[in-house]
Amino acid sequence: MKKVLIASLALIFTVGLGNGWAASRDYISIVGSSTVYPFATVVAENFGKSTKFKTPTIESTGSGGGFKLFAAGVGVEYPDITNASRRIKKSEFEKAVTNGVKEIVEVKIGYDGIVIANSKKAPLFKLSRKDIFLALAKDVPSGNVAGKTVPNPNKTWKDVNPSLPDIKIEVLGPPPTSGTRDAFVELAMEGGAKKFSWIKDLKKKDKKAYKALCHTIREDGAYIEAGENDNLIVQKLDANKDALGIFGFSFLDQNTDKLQGAIIDGVAPEFEAIADGSYPISRPLFFYVKKAHVGSIPGIKEFLAEFTSEKAWGDEGYLTDKGLIPMPEAEREKFRKAVENLTPLSASDL
Amino acid sequence: MNNHSDITHTANTSKDTNKKTASVRTMDIVSKGLARRYKAEKRFRLYGLSAIILSMAFLSILFISIISNGYTAFQQTYVQLDFFLDPDTIDTQALHDANYHAMVKNSLRDMFPEVKTRSHKRKLYDMISTGAAYQLQDFVRKNQQMIGSVIQLWVPADDDVDMLMKGHIPRDVPETERRIKDIQLSWIDRLQEQGRLKKRFNTTFFTAGDSREPELAGILGAVTGSFYTLIVTLLLSFPVGVATAVYLEEFAPKNRWTDIIEVNINNLAAVPSIVYGLLGLAVFLNFFGLPRSVPLVGGFVLTLMTLPTIIIASRAALKSVPPSIREAALGVGASKTQMVVHHVLPLALPGMLTGTIIGMAQALGETAPLLMIGMVAFIVDIPGGITDPSTVLPVQIFLWADSPERAFLERTSAAIMVLLAFLVTMNAVAVFLRKKFERRW
Repeated sequence: MKKVLIASLALIFTVGLGNGWAASRDYISIVGSSTVYPFATVVAENFGKSTKFKTPTIESTGSGGGFKLFAAGVGVEYPDITNASRRIKKSEFEKAVTNGVKEIVEVKIGYDGIVIANSKKAPLFKLSRKDIFLALAKDVPSGNVAGKTVPNPNKTWKDVNPSLPDIKIEVLGPPPTSGTRDAFVELAMEGGAKKFSWIKDLKKKDKKAYKALCHTIREDGAYIEAGENDNLIVQKLDANKDALGIFGFSFLDQNTDKLQGAIIDGVAPEFEAIADGSYPISRPLFFYVKKAHVGSIPGIKEFLAEFTSEKAWGDEGYLTDKGLIPMPEAEREKFRKAVENLTPLSASDL
Repeated sequence: MNNHSDITHTANTSKDTNKKTASVRTMDIVSKGLARRYKAEKRFRLYGLSAIILSMAFLSILFISIISNGYTAFQQTYVQLDFFLDPDTIDTQALHDANYHAMVKNSLRDMFPEVKTRSHKRKLYDMISTGAAYQLQDFVRKNQQMIGSVIQLWVPADDDVDMLMKGHIPRDVPETERRIKDIQLSWIDRLQEQGRLKKRFNTTFFTAGDSREPELAGILGAVTGSFYTLIVTLLLSFPVGVATAVYLEEFAPKNRWTDIIEVNINNLAAVPSIVYGLLGLAVFLNFFGLPRSVPLVGGFVLTLMTLPTIIIASRAALKSVPPSIREAALGVGASKTQMVVHHVLPLALPGMLTGTIIGMAQALGETAPLLMIGMVAFIVDIPGGITDPSTVLPVQIFLWADSPERAFLERTSAAIMVLLAFLVTMNAVAVFLRKKFERRW
C-alpha cells in the first residue's frame, strides 16, 4: 500500500510538475495595487473583448506586494505588469535590477482623490489639513511651545476647531497595509502638521521624529480601522451619521445620494478640482511594465496601446466613468510616447 | 426516589424508631427540594432551547438579509433596440471589423431624434451597457443571413438604469445626488411606455465570467474554477486520505511513532487555512515553479487542507467496523489485504464518503489559502482546464463585495445564495449517504 502510495504521488509530481506548460503563457499576468485594480480590470476586459488576445489576469496584491512579485525575475512565472498607487521606490528598483529585471517602463495613468465623507443626513464638514492632523494624530503639539507634544486630547471636532460641529471624532479608515492610508497620512496628516513651523523645522533636524509625529494615527478609538473594503465604510457611514470615512474618490462618485465629501482647505472633492490639482489630497497612479516580456508574452504591446488610448484614459474615456481622474493632455502625450518607444526607467529618475 | 425511601422505611420500622424518624426526615428534605430541582431541570432545558432559538434567529437573519439583497440580481433590465444590419458596413468576410458600438449608438439616436447636444448624447449612450455591441456582434456572426434587414434585439441596460428600475437609486432626491439625471429619467419613462424597457430573467449571471460591468458579470467562470479545483482536490485527497487511514488503522503497529503521527494529523486539522496557502506558495510556486492562479495548484493546497479531515473521518469509519468481521475473514483464510479490501473497506466506505464530502464542502468555501497562490484575481475568460487561470466562487464573492458599483451588492448576495445552495446540497448528500448505507452493529 505504501509503495503504491509513494509511486502514485511520485507519478503525480513528475507528470504534474514537468516544466511543459511553464515554458509558455499566452495571457498577460498583472499584479499590484488594489486602488488601480478597478481601472486595470476595465481596460483588461475591453482589451479581451475587442482583440484576439486572451483577457489578462489581474491580482489585487497591494502596491508593495506587487513590486515584490514583479521584481522577482524575468520569465513566464513572473508577472508582466504591476500596478501601483505610488511611485516605485529606489530600493525596489534596485532589487529588480539585481534580479535581472533591468528595463522597466513606467506609465502614469491618472490621479485618484482621497475623500473624507459623511452621511448626507449630517452637516457638511469644512476641514483644513491642520484640523485633520489635530483630530487624528496620536500626539499633537501642546500650546505654543515648540517641541512639546501631548497625547491627543481632542474628543470632539469642536475641540479641534471651534467652527466645527460639536460631534464626537469618529473616523473610519483603511488599515496600515493599505496604499490609501499611506497616501492619506502623507498628504493630509503631514500636510497639516507642516502648518506648525517647529514641526516643519523638525524635518531637517530629525527626520525620524518628524515622520513619527506626522504619520502616526491615534489608537484610542477615534480612528477605526475598517478594513480594506471601502464598500463596508460606505455602508457604515450610511448607518452612523456622526461618523466620517476615508476612501477613494470612486466610492464617493458611486454614492452621491448617500454621502457628501468634506471640503478640504476650501476645495470640494469634485472631479474637476482633483483633475486640476487644487484638491489637496490626491495622488498619481502608475503601472510598471517589464520590457523583457514585451514580445515573449503575446499582447502586451496591444494592451499598453489600449490603456493609453484616448477612449480609455482620455478626458471622456471609459476610465473616467469608473472614477479615474485623467492627466492633462500634455502629460498623457508624454506617457503615450514613453509606451510607444518603451523608454525604460533609470535609477537617476527616482 | 420515592419508591426507594419507602422500601427502606418499611424494612426499618420494626427495628429502630430513631432510624424511622431519620428516614422520614430524608423524605422531607427530598420533597422539599423537589420543586427546586424541577425548576432547575426546567431552566436547564430552557438554556438549551434558547441557545437553539438564538442560533436559528441568527441563521434566519443571515438568510433573510442575503435573500432580500440578492433575489433582484436574478433579474436584469433589458432594452429593446432596432438595428439595421447595413450590408455596406458589415463585411461578411470580416465580421469582426464592423463598428458595432457605432451601430448601437445609431440605433439610440434614431429612437431619440430630438437629442442633439453632445453631452446629452453621451448621457443617452450611457444608458445602454457596453456589452450591447458584443451581443450584436455575436448575433450577426450566428445569423449572417439577416444582414441587410432590420432586427430587434433585447440588450442589457446599464447598471445605473438597472438600479433605478429596482429601486436602489431613489427618484425623489435632487438631480445632483443621483447617477441617473432628470433627462435620462424621462427617456426611461418613455421607453417603458413603449414596452421597450423590461426586467427579464438574468441569464448572463449564470453564463458569463467576471466583468467590471455589473450587468455583464456572471458566476460561470468562478463555478467552473471551483469545479476544477475540487476535482483535483478530490482525486488527490480521497485516495491518499483513505490509504493513510487504512494503513494506520489496519496495518501499522501501535507504537510511539504511530502515536506521534496520529497527534500530528489531529493538530493539522486545526491549523488555520492561510498557513496551507503559504506552504503552497513556498512549495508549489516557488520551488516547483508552477504557474500562479491555476486550479491545479489550488487543488494541491486544498488537498493539504482537507486531508486531515478525511483521514480522521475515515479512521473513525474503519474503527466502527466490528472486529468480528475481521476475525471471521481471517478465520476462513483470507489474507490481511483481502480482509481489508473485501470486507472492511466496503463496510467503512459510506462513513469515509461522508467525511470526504464534508471535507470537500469545506474546501469549496475556502478563500484564504487561495489568496497566496494568486487565485484571488480578476479573470474574465472561463477556464477550460486545470492549468488555465481561474478563480473560485467564494473569491468571486469577496471581489464583488469590494467593488464600488452599487449593482455588485445584489450580485454579491446572489453569488452567496448560489454558494450556499451548493454547500447545502453537498451536506444533504452526505446525510443521505450516511442514512442510506451506514450499518450499525
